[in-house]
Amino acid sequence: MSVRLYQEPAHRLHGMLVKKEIKAVELTEDVLKRLEETEDSLKAYLTVTADNALQAARETDEKIARGEDIPFLAGIPGGIKDNICTQGIKTTCASQILANFVPPYDATVMTKLKNQSPVLLGKLNMDEFAMGGSTENSSFQITHNPWDLDAVPGGSSGGSAAAIAGGSAVWALGSDTGGSIRQPASFCGVVGLKPTYGRVSRYGLVAYASSLDQIGPVTRDVTDAAHILNVIAGHDAMDSTSAAADVPDFTAALTENVKGLKVGVPQEYFGEGLAPEVEAAVRAAIETYRQMGATIKEISLPHTKYAIAAYYLIAPAEAATNLQRYDGVSYGARVDGADLVDMMTKTRTEKFGAEVKRRIIIGNYALSAGYYDAYYLKAMKVRTLVQRDYTEAFQTVDVIMTPTAPTTAFKIGALTSDPLQMYLQDVCTVPLNLAGLPGISLPCGFSKEGMPIGLQIIGRALDEATVLRAAYAYEQSQDFHNRLPEIGGNAK
Amino acid sequence: MKYEAVIGLEIHCELKTKTKIFCGCATEFGAAQNTHVCPVCLGMPGVLPTINRRVVEFGIKAGLATNCAINQYSKFDRKNYYYPDLPKNWQTSQYDLPIAEHGWVDIEVEGEKKRIRLTRIHMEEDAGKLVHSGTTIKDSTSSNVDYNRTGVPLLEIVSEPDMRSAAEARAYMEKIKAIMEYIDVSSCRMEEGNLRADINVSLRPVGSEELGTRTEMKNINSFKSLEEAINYEIERQTEVLEDGGHIIQETRTFDPVRGVTLSMRSKENAHDYRYMPEPDLPPIVTAPETIEKYRRELPELPDARRERLEKECGLSAYDAGVITASRAMAEYFDKVTATGAEAKLAANWIMSDLAKNLNAEGITIEKSPVGAERLGQMILLIMKNTISGKIAKTVFQEMWTNPASPEQIVNDKGLVQITDTGAIEKIVDEVIANNPKAVADFQGGNKKAIGALVGQVMKASKGKANPQMVNKLIAEKLG
Amino acid sequence: MKVSKEILANVAGLSRLAIAEEETTRYQEDLTKFLAYVETLNEVATENTPPTTYALPMENVFREDDVRPSLDREAALLNAPLKEDGYFKVPKVLED
Repeated sequence: MSVRLYQEPAHRLHGMLVKKEIKAVELTEDVLKRLEETEDSLKAYLTVTADNALQAARETDEKIARGEDIPFLAGIPGGIKDNICTQGIKTTCASQILANFVPPYDATVMTKLKNQSPVLLGKLNMDEFAMGGSTENSSFQITHNPWDLDAVPGGSSGGSAAAIAGGSAVWALGSDTGGSIRQPASFCGVVGLKPTYGRVSRYGLVAYASSLDQIGPVTRDVTDAAHILNVIAGHDAMDSTSAAADVPDFTAALTENVKGLKVGVPQEYFGEGLAPEVEAAVRAAIETYRQMGATIKEISLPHTKYAIAAYYLIAPAEAATNLQRYDGVSYGARVDGADLVDMMTKTRTEKFGAEVKRRIIIGNYALSAGYYDAYYLKAMKVRTLVQRDYTEAFQTVDVIMTPTAPTTAFKIGALTSDPLQMYLQDVCTVPLNLAGLPGISLPCGFSKEGMPIGLQIIGRALDEATVLRAAYAYEQSQDFHNRLPEIGGNAK
Repeated sequence: MKYEAVIGLEIHCELKTKTKIFCGCATEFGAAQNTHVCPVCLGMPGVLPTINRRVVEFGIKAGLATNCAINQYSKFDRKNYYYPDLPKNWQTSQYDLPIAEHGWVDIEVEGEKKRIRLTRIHMEEDAGKLVHSGTTIKDSTSSNVDYNRTGVPLLEIVSEPDMRSAAEARAYMEKIKAIMEYIDVSSCRMEEGNLRADINVSLRPVGSEELGTRTEMKNINSFKSLEEAINYEIERQTEVLEDGGHIIQETRTFDPVRGVTLSMRSKENAHDYRYMPEPDLPPIVTAPETIEKYRRELPELPDARRERLEKECGLSAYDAGVITASRAMAEYFDKVTATGAEAKLAANWIMSDLAKNLNAEGITIEKSPVGAERLGQMILLIMKNTISGKIAKTVFQEMWTNPASPEQIVNDKGLVQITDTGAIEKIVDEVIANNPKAVADFQGGNKKAIGALVGQVMKASKGKANPQMVNKLIAEKLG
Repeated sequence: MKVSKEILANVAGLSRLAIAEEETTRYQEDLTKFLAYVETLNEVATENTPPTTYALPMENVFREDDVRPSLDREAALLNAPLKEDGYFKVPKVLED
């Protein structure tokens, strides 16, 4: 067999299952085999639930055999970022403090997924509590980029992106607080969609920064992203911030037509620090849109340069309170101490990693008496201005296109000694989270070293459909998404 | 130097909802430990709160009933501090935009009216319960945590420091309790901790406008403790100041057994609560029409009811005050008068014999074995001269244990009043004949001597003769 | 402005984190550098700008007051580091 099943996107596999060309067990075994072949090199998974996966696959095969209709994800193997609560299956957030935490409940997205009877392969690695852009902050293992094992996969959903690129999952869920779906998708040459804030329920997503977090799909191609968004989107009574808006069929947006689409190109995203190869690839992609009939317009989002500073005050402040619950009292790790305060302090000091502690310190500094107005409140006001920039821009354009990240994937260890430099990598992705807008990253080229480059497409609030339409049209005009990495000679 | 006390109260009032403020767990009191808990109130990773609609409604109603302005834009905030009864290590509360602000209630102490201002009313979640292994928290080697109470909805009602004595503080808390009962947002059962107060007390020289250093006593849950704690604290602070000392700003505990307040001797590092807006809960925006709708739904409040009882029923200010202090008593009164019973008589019976019996048995008026209707029927018997007021006391005691109608009891026990002039005249004649000394005294000018004669008649009639008629007949015969 | 040891210690306390003596300088430097970076926000005039707490405008999202099932106690206590008689057990509480 020249083409293995793990290389196929979910929508093709679904068709093959429905037409009985393949069996779900066969597919699952192939992906599990791929997982076995690659996992030593990639280290994308924290927990693998192979037995459950095969059981689920058998059930789908039985349904098909009985002639029942199957939902889109039935029998198709995927992985879940390890900050999404899975009832009865460890959910660690890649942290020692939750190393043995088994949620007694399912996240709303899990309930929605389970209605589809997918094959769940396991839980994917990430930066601890989603704090980081390289997955180097996992307290368990460093995930490697399938395109260059010495490079990071990006983060924080590095496990999700590496698994999709490496073939050890057909689809995955990630979460995005400041770029954590899009940037690893860019680094690994796959598709990552951050929906509008509130489009997907956050109930059961372990909070990093509550006003910024959003769950989304990481997939082989845009079509799969639309299908998975169909499954997970929608209002949830358990999440008061989830949008009450109707959910369209996102796959209906997947036409190849972008004639008359107005594309905004913000000058601020093409400034200092942008790698020339990345700029060239993104500009070429935008040129392709022009050739396909879109109108290109230079725009300005003047507060972009303040977004990183605002984000790195707001997110740590929210995180500092969100992570206060990890104190050794009612769940999670406990380090014994002489008294309660001692126990709490020892538990947190020994069981949180360095980056998590750094952000907790920043957050509590920004919230503490005497500094609140100067830092936290100021950042929230700047957030308003960042949001207004977009509102204004979307008066005249339908989508905005930018690079997803200023560079291709950097080498493991390259930025770990300078936290601030690491934060600055989020320059293109963070502003959307502040504004709550949807954004997608899709491959738009490769560097001379063969590393993937991502194009980011930003849409109006709740207008994922237009984002997907634009992404799909470009994807169909190229073949970047069909390229597969060779992993340390393993990828045959 | 002469000092005056400056007292402010923060009253925590537990709301009467079926479910917790941010999750669907039951609020029911007295369940087995950790059985009314879910991922949300346990603060598990990934959970999100949802606002109980009733809590907002109750918050707005409480605000309206205490003359507050309702904030049309209100929101929840995180109040951050670490304590094991607080699973998230923050309390979801309200900071700069509480549901209601700037209210007032009127109190009356020894006939003097006074207005106490309310700073604010905000909504928040209660914490869980720590059970200590030792007798006190200090000698316990460990503690056990029960999260059933975590997330039970509370209103925190904060007063301005407008009270000057324990009696005023008590009157204020009684008024708040009455209002919360009237608008039916809380059971206000103090023994269950439904209503508890944190008290701030400071002293300042009479005439000074500046506030002195204050101490705080937390979780006071009876009126008696409230008064004792304040009086003790005033005395203690006066002594310290008179000895030239300084008051230390601190939290003190009140020991109800010894009637003293004690320093907690905890490190008084001023808490830095790092308040921040709760990003998981959208703001509460209340339109003026909604506020007006709630205002229309409010029942008659204690002050209005008291005024009505004074004006329409002719009760004294004091009686009206006592009757309307609790919603249950006021409703009982209304039911008694609804039978046609005269208001003053009704008030007297409720405040004396009924109150005495309830107190003796430690039961509430809702559980009184003599219901309002039966008391009303009994009062009607007095009004119809079927029984005298004195006999009525016997009838009432019988009614306490006998569910029969007062009429039935009066008939069965032969307690019907004698109003037949002939029958009474016969007894009067006998008494006059048998008491020459009293008769002589009376005729000699000692008008008081008639009392002895009337007493004899009443005794001979076993209390059933109508006293007014007896008086009249004796006076006529000897006049 | 350099973040002093005292301020760092205060924030560490608020965070219930212990910072070892040998880490102190590093933390001070990182935080100082970070704060210098976010100083750029002061270039933005925000006197008349309201803060944004919520990514999208939403209001009045309420739940009806209907009881839902609680967790079984077993499930509630499943992840407890230490439990006793249906309670979560914690060490000696010293502070108020």
